[in-house]
Amino acid sequence: QFGAEFRRFSLDRYKPGKFEDFYKLILHIHHIANLEVMIGYADVHGDLLPINNDDNFFKAVSSAHPLLRVFIQRQDEVDYSNFGTNTLSRKKKALVTLRNDNLRRRPHINISMPHDFRPVSSIIDVDILPETHRRVRLYRHGCEKPLGFYIRDGTSVRVTPHGLEKVPGIFISRMVPGGLAESTGLLAVNDEVLEVNGIEVAGKTLDQVTDMMIANSHNLIITVKPANQRNNIIRSSRMSGSSGQSTDSTASHHSLPTPHVLQNFHPDEMESDEEADIVIEGGLEPQHIPKLHSLTSSSLSRINGSSLSHRLQRDLVLNNSSGRESNGSIHKLLSSLKTDPRHSLVIPRGGIEEDGTVITL
Amino acid sequence: MRRFLRPGHDPVRERLKRDLFQFNKTVEHGFPHQPSALGYSPFLRLMAIGTRSGAIKLYGAPGVEFMGLHEENNTVMQIHFIPDQCQLVTLLDDNSLHLWSLKQHGGTSELREEHRFTLKGPPGSPPSATQVTAVLPHSSREVLYLGTESGNIFVVELPSFRVLEDRTITPEAVLQWIPEDNCNRRSCELVEALREHPKNPDQILIGYSRGLIVLWDLQNNKATHHFLGSQQLENLYWQRDGSKFISCHYDGSYSQWPVSSDNRQSEPLENTVPYGPFPCKAISKIYWQTTKNGLPYIIFQGGMPRASYGDRHSISVIHGSQQTAFDFTSRVIDFFIIFSSDPAAEFDDPSALVVLAEEELVVIDLKSAGWPAVHPPYLASLHCSAITCSHHVSNIPLKLWERIISAGSKQNIHYSSMPWPIDGGTNIAPDPPQRDLLLTGHEDGTVRFWDASGVCLHLLYKLSTVRVFLTDADPNDNMNTLGEDEWPPLRKVGTFDPYSDDPRLGIQKIYLCKYSGYLAVAGTAGQVLVMELNDEDAEHVVDHAEADLLQDQEGYRWKGHEKLKTRDGPVRFEAGFQPFVLVQCQPPAVVTSLALHSEWRLVAFGTSHGFGLFDHQQKRLVFVKCTLHPSDQLALEGPLSRVKSLKKSLRQSFRRIRRSRVSSRKRRGGGGNASEVQEANAKFDQDVLQEMELAPVQRKIEARSAEDSFTGFVRTLYFADTFLRDSSRHCPSLWAGTNGGTVYAFCLRVPPAERRMDEPVRAEQAKEIQLMHRAPVVGILVLDGRSTPLPEPLEVAHDLSKSPDMQGSHQLLVVSEEQFKVFTLPKVSSKLKLKLTALEGCRVRKVTVANFGSCKTDDYSENDLAVLTNLGDIQIISLPFLKLQIRYPCIRKEDVSGIASCVFTKYGQGFYLISPSEFERFSLSTKWLVEPRCIVDMPEVTSNNHVHKPGTENAARKS
Repeated sequence: QFGAEFRRFSLDRYKPGKFEDFYKLILHIHHIANLEVMIGYADVHGDLLPINNDDNFFKAVSSAHPLLRVFIQRQDEVDYSNFGTNTLSRKKKALVTLRNDNLRRRPHINISMPHDFRPVSSIIDVDILPETHRRVRLYRHGCEKPLGFYIRDGTSVRVTPHGLEKVPGIFISRMVPGGLAESTGLLAVNDEVLEVNGIEVAGKTLDQVTDMMIANSHNLIITVKPANQRNNIIRSSRMSGSSGQSTDSTASHHSLPTPHVLQNFHPDEMESDEEADIVIEGGLEPQHIPKLHSLTSSSLSRINGSSLSHRLQRDLVLNNSSGRESNGSIHKLLSSLKTDPRHSLVIPRGGIEEDGTVITL
Repeated sequence: MRRFLRPGHDPVRERLKRDLFQFNKTVEHGFPHQPSALGYSPFLRLMAIGTRSGAIKLYGAPGVEFMGLHEENNTVMQIHFIPDQCQLVTLLDDNSLHLWSLKQHGGTSELREEHRFTLKGPPGSPPSATQVTAVLPHSSREVLYLGTESGNIFVVELPSFRVLEDRTITPEAVLQWIPEDNCNRRSCELVEALREHPKNPDQILIGYSRGLIVLWDLQNNKATHHFLGSQQLENLYWQRDGSKFISCHYDGSYSQWPVSSDNRQSEPLENTVPYGPFPCKAISKIYWQTTKNGLPYIIFQGGMPRASYGDRHSISVIHGSQQTAFDFTSRVIDFFIIFSSDPAAEFDDPSALVVLAEEELVVIDLKSAGWPAVHPPYLASLHCSAITCSHHVSNIPLKLWERIISAGSKQNIHYSSMPWPIDGGTNIAPDPPQRDLLLTGHEDGTVRFWDASGVCLHLLYKLSTVRVFLTDADPNDNMNTLGEDEWPPLRKVGTFDPYSDDPRLGIQKIYLCKYSGYLAVAGTAGQVLVMELNDEDAEHVVDHAEADLLQDQEGYRWKGHEKLKTRDGPVRFEAGFQPFVLVQCQPPAVVTSLALHSEWRLVAFGTSHGFGLFDHQQKRLVFVKCTLHPSDQLALEGPLSRVKSLKKSLRQSFRRIRRSRVSSRKRRGGGGNASEVQEANAKFDQDVLQEMELAPVQRKIEARSAEDSFTGFVRTLYFADTFLRDSSRHCPSLWAGTNGGTVYAFCLRVPPAERRMDEPVRAEQAKEIQLMHRAPVVGILVLDGRSTPLPEPLEVAHDLSKSPDMQGSHQLLVVSEEQFKVFTLPKVSSKLKLKLTALEGCRVRKVTVANFGSCKTDDYSENDLAVLTNLGDIQIISLPFLKLQIRYPCIRKEDVSGIASCVFTKYGQGFYLISPSEFERFSLSTKWLVEPRCIVDMPEVTSNNHVHKPGTENAARKS
């Protein structure tokens, strides 16, 4: 059924309506009402992008010229196929700019196998930080690798109104070979840690900083003063071009001649890094298909700093009372929920960046 | 919108916060850690205890206590009250002298340090020249005589500490008056004792270490008498009339010397080795007390036969044919006798012997037959067996309070009925507002019930769980059964007994329902006991059940301790709390959480393997739930903690031995030696420090994963009647939180009271919440429709709480070590949260709901969360909006045991251990403050019978 089946139908380009309706329409047209499917479309560059909410549906419709090619795939195949978020573009060795990503929505929350490629780190806030500092975001979700670094106490020299002053500081003391931190190439031994997720570490003890990092380990943003200042960003050359991209593990294994810059970021993606608690209703053995649905954020406005507090709490609710058919992969996932966090975590993907100081609630 | 208001922006709230919250450390309960000196003022009837950390504590009548701390934090070596003054002098081991005084200020007395002073010798003189060994505050209150290692006696003016150089008594001056053939310069080295003549303040008795004793006339600067002891001198004591004095010696002997005007060099009247003829240990202090019937009380410390009893810490009392050697559980620091302080009285007529041992205070009633011990109203040895947990219950109903006291009084019949003899000062603190109980669980399987209502933490009742089990210890092993002809006549006194027969008996969790009198107690070997208060002795069988928490998990082997063996058949229990149900967890791991619901008659318990629910009405296990992660080998194989704790205790005991050696050397045997030891110690410390600096501390940054060990460890259990399934029907529920950040919720069906025995209690798992940050869940709480925490079981039935609002929607608060998170009920969706760790790098160690009343108006109070973090900070967080109200630093973050031991009360107070034997009490509330408020008045001095008056002075000289 999903091998090759083509249908043509028309939509009002300027009043496309809601995604839900479109989804139902698709299901109806293809007579696959009882299946969970993933809808995608090919954009102007020929990249496969998903349609799963009103916004990207609208974008898809408006950008269609003249025909919107829509691809429909079974939900469970999506995870293994080339239909990732931005993975398709990677495979095609095409550069997906984040302008496009800007409108890409995260697909239905998937509890899925790790993808072949995914962002593991990024440099953010280049425009607001001093050139000597670097703000690094580590994506831990769904990553097989341990974060893999150690911190220690040390002394650092600061410029103060009274001249140079020696102050205690926190430094990266060791990298675990093969760990996430090492593989990004963005952190190095003896880098001084200045902030953890927007909170200054000055005046905090090693143990406090350790706890802060672990508490933020699902989405760790550390601002460091690199020990090696030679790789710093040359700002003028990078200011205008917002063609930042996230580094993936393979790329970052080679040292970084030019750091990767990310500027645009999406509130929804920001939110997706919020951890979501899992609530299982009733007993542990899911007899029925648990319906997976995400409560998507209604806020599309770019947010920075304090407006993050508007973020909605989102919890993944696995509800066994909805009478859907059993789905093999999800069943498997549920049973593995308790055993492996890496598989059970809700994994956000895609390049993410942010402006300003993050205030985490 | 309220959520987004930043704290500090609302002036009304800021003002209210000032009316509600205030941090004070109010009083230290228990026994001072490492006491090092004791002093007593018969004039003020106050006792002073100094410690190795430089603290000085004064105690009088119950409720009268003062505390001071020397800035130097050095060991207090000696304490001397200035006669007839509210002043005392302390000598520290750095050879500094400190003058403290009790001054009235704002209606209460306060202990203040007035002056400090270090004796300085002439330039170039060795330090020993001014090393103070003996202190004598003269009855004139004007001068202090300081005996030194060099044999010089310096005279220092009070309170200025000005050295009166012309009055120094040098060894040379003393030797002038002594025939040269039996004395030389060395005879006058090291002044061991200085004693003022009881009738004539112009004469002082000087005892030198090598045995020479000189009676010195201060007026004429000459030795009127000298006495040559053959043995090294330890101490001196004047008899009341001044006609004789007693010296005690290093070889375990004491001598009685006559002082008569005609005989200038006398022989001892009597020289006795009380525990001879074999070599004996030194008698370090002696009292000779006269009585009306002519037979004196001779009371001395030590003197035991060196070979067989040299390790005993004893004080012997001899009165005629009666002789008892009180055998103390720890080293004797010092002791004193309370006797008639009226100078006009003819006899000493001793009433009590007060002994400060290293771990406890023992007071012996010398007036009653058999010399029974007196039950002290304060200075309780909390650590007589190591404290393993504590539990506080506020506002005890009078009925339960009286029943506990009556059960306790039956245990205390062997104590003397004598009123507490140290009764100086007046307690002016208002009566405590309510009756509070502090329950401490101990390593030996006992639970102690303390009256924590006021300043004096007082033992009410002691409960032992040992009887339920078969242990190696023989319960009939009575230390006090000594035959008549036993020699020496040792009698064990004191309660300090740090050696547990079986560590499995240790109490880990306590839960008392103050309305029903049900008590649940859980221990180290997975034992859970449910008890009921019974006013009579009873003999009954304890129902026994086993809870297999592993259920059908295969292939695991428990390598920890075995479960406790139970006693078959009926067991006799004394009046008090009597167990009727015993549940033993399998594997027998430490019980890590416990909850009791006295209304539903259910008890829930959790270990590192899972949790269970037991119906103690029907005596039936309702269900068990295994929380184990299959990869968690550590939890399965048994407690490493046991190995660890054994190692730790060994290490500690070695350290204790080492320390006591060091200190004893410091105490005795010359300054050269002591300072060497100190130097060596300091050097060692430095070396250690350097080593630490060479290898920098580093911390691994790694996310928590499900594979971390002890994720299944059940941290918290909570009963709630709430909306778990749907929003229309509420039902009883049980909530459990684990170390791995999982919360389990079970729906319970408890049959109505009339069918309670007929139908079984049913449970069904309703929800499982996995917190994504996976931090240990330390607290679970349900807030009702008014956002008020649900009341305790039976609280509403006793009209002590409003019934919860079941109309509005309930909320669930889950507190993990890292976050506070509020969820809606019954649909568990996250509503708001406070990420504490991400913001501040601190973790939640303890959390309780506390009620804070305003100090301004009686009708305002609110519920907040009192939180203790791993940094030792206390934070108050508002409910239900989770806003940080205020933060106070409370415990040093290095003080891990202090943080672990902290308990909060329901009204914003708390306790934590500052040493194994002391609770610090603190208060977060402006309204509930328990602190000592007391006055020490100068007793009236009647001039006609006081020796220092010029008239009587002359009279005394004539006599």
